[in-house]
Amino acid sequence: MRGTFIRTLVELAERDPRILLLTGDLGYTVLEPFSERFPDRFLNVGVAEQNMIGVATGLAEAGFVPFVYSIVPFATLRPYEFIRNGPILHKLPVRIVGVGGGLEYGQNGLSHYGLEDIGVMRLQTGITVVAPADYEQARAALLSTWALPAPVYYRLGKDDETIIPGLGGRFGLGRAQVVREGTDLLIVAMGSVVSEAADAAAALVDHGVSCSVAVVASLAPAPVDDLVEILAQFPVALTVESHYAVGGVGSLVSEVVAERGLQCRVVRCGVQAMLDGVTGGQSHLRRVHGLSSEMLVKTALELLDKVGE
Amino acid sequence: MEKPPVSPYQIRRIILEQSRRANKGHIGSALSIADIIAALYGGVLRVPTPEDSERDRFILSKGHAALALYAALYLRGWITESMLNTYCGDDSLLGVHPEHTLRGVDFSTGSLGHGLCMGAGAALAARLQRASRRVFVLVSDAECNEGSLWEAVMFAAHHRLANLIAIVDLNGQQALGYTEEVLALTPMAGRWRAFGWDVHEVDGHDVNEITRSIASLDASSGPPHVLVAHTVFGKGVSYMESQIKWHYWPMSEEEYGQAMGEIEAGA
Repeated sequence: MRGTFIRTLVELAERDPRILLLTGDLGYTVLEPFSERFPDRFLNVGVAEQNMIGVATGLAEAGFVPFVYSIVPFATLRPYEFIRNGPILHKLPVRIVGVGGGLEYGQNGLSHYGLEDIGVMRLQTGITVVAPADYEQARAALLSTWALPAPVYYRLGKDDETIIPGLGGRFGLGRAQVVREGTDLLIVAMGSVVSEAADAAAALVDHGVSCSVAVVASLAPAPVDDLVEILAQFPVALTVESHYAVGGVGSLVSEVVAERGLQCRVVRCGVQAMLDGVTGGQSHLRRVHGLSSEMLVKTALELLDKVGE
Repeated sequence: MEKPPVSPYQIRRIILEQSRRANKGHIGSALSIADIIAALYGGVLRVPTPEDSERDRFILSKGHAALALYAALYLRGWITESMLNTYCGDDSLLGVHPEHTLRGVDFSTGSLGHGLCMGAGAALAARLQRASRRVFVLVSDAECNEGSLWEAVMFAAHHRLANLIAIVDLNGQQALGYTEEVLALTPMAGRWRAFGWDVHEVDGHDVNEITRSIASLDASSGPPHVLVAHTVFGKGVSYMESQIKWHYWPMSEEEYGQAMGEIEAGA
């Protein structure tokens, strides 16, 4: 996603001289297409994320559209208050790009995981929050949001190869995309872990379960109407995200169900708690936290069993 | 009635009147910068109108001293007297800390350590746009406790943002104590110099000296500039000067009368 995103940004920057790219000293082998094409519009501000957001705020006030780039927790949590009191409060077009949502930096430990970014960004008003599921959707999301007048947060994965079947690069602000139609169970997922949800839905066919899968990439504005329409058709929904179970798409779906009085039980699959000091590859960690396709199948079958009782 | 000039006396008068009317504190911090604000809004800042995109930018990073800024905006004719009189009222755009939605306020502040970062971006923007506008950021000395401020100090020096002018209100006090007792900042000038800034020490209550010092700066090339302004907290009101209490405390009617008498005598 990140490679496609930067290449798309280069295309946009060819057309619009207001676009700048700032990094907090991260993005080796990723940012070069931009930095080599536009050396005067690229700035490594050093390892100083608070200042990076502050500088971007000053640049945006003067008419620029600065993109700032770092790994998810350094792009969001470290400078969080500067994001709130800067681009959000001033309604300025700063674009915050966080790479490695969820457990993508598996061996690097909790310091590098992005487990609460969607939650903390989503609770602010006045910022668009986007978490694409694959690189085609990342490109579409950038093309449809880069020129918005207010700030945008993009949560990107590192995977530039996997495609979600049925998604076809669709993206819409305030919309959800159904990528698979079924009748027994609904899965609502966000981010690169959608691939695990899609695989789980395909595997559930062998167990006689017909499963729908909806992708939420526009977390704010939330696709409330689309979710209401889909959720109303199912007695049970599984939400899937590589994020803490609180604050992300599981919380969003629960809010919609509660506020609209829908008859749908929601089970949230996300990271419930971190394991003290334990690291590993992303695939391993997804298994550990119940987010691999195999674990999602198991959860779905147990759930349907219970619901059927 | 003709509007009075932008002068330290007029700014202090408004600070005291509005603090008393609203029964609010932060008086000492505002009095500390009255002369700096008078220098800036009395001649230094090139701001034909607050809507002019090529105007100099000013960021009151020590946002809790906003009353001094509101006084200047009023004296320049950018906000009306009736707006000024809404200070700290319900639905007012004039809160304890300045908001960018008020005419003449370029950036909202209130969270210390944020203003110089935005100012560095504003200065970089002017350079990228080949514009001659300058950016002034007024920070408190205690604000130099914030690590983010030093991130911006490093950034501005590295990129030689000559059009960025910081002013440190060195009054030696913070909310709960004297800066040297809370978290020592000495030597203030030496610290900025060590980070590569062009440092000038001035009497922060001498409008002419502040104005002359800024006029001597090269805003087109070279390092960023900082005026380390030696000030007295609560300047002009004897019982407030250098007293910790007056960071937060509001005045009684009797204290207000004495304060007004003293600044009138000193005008």
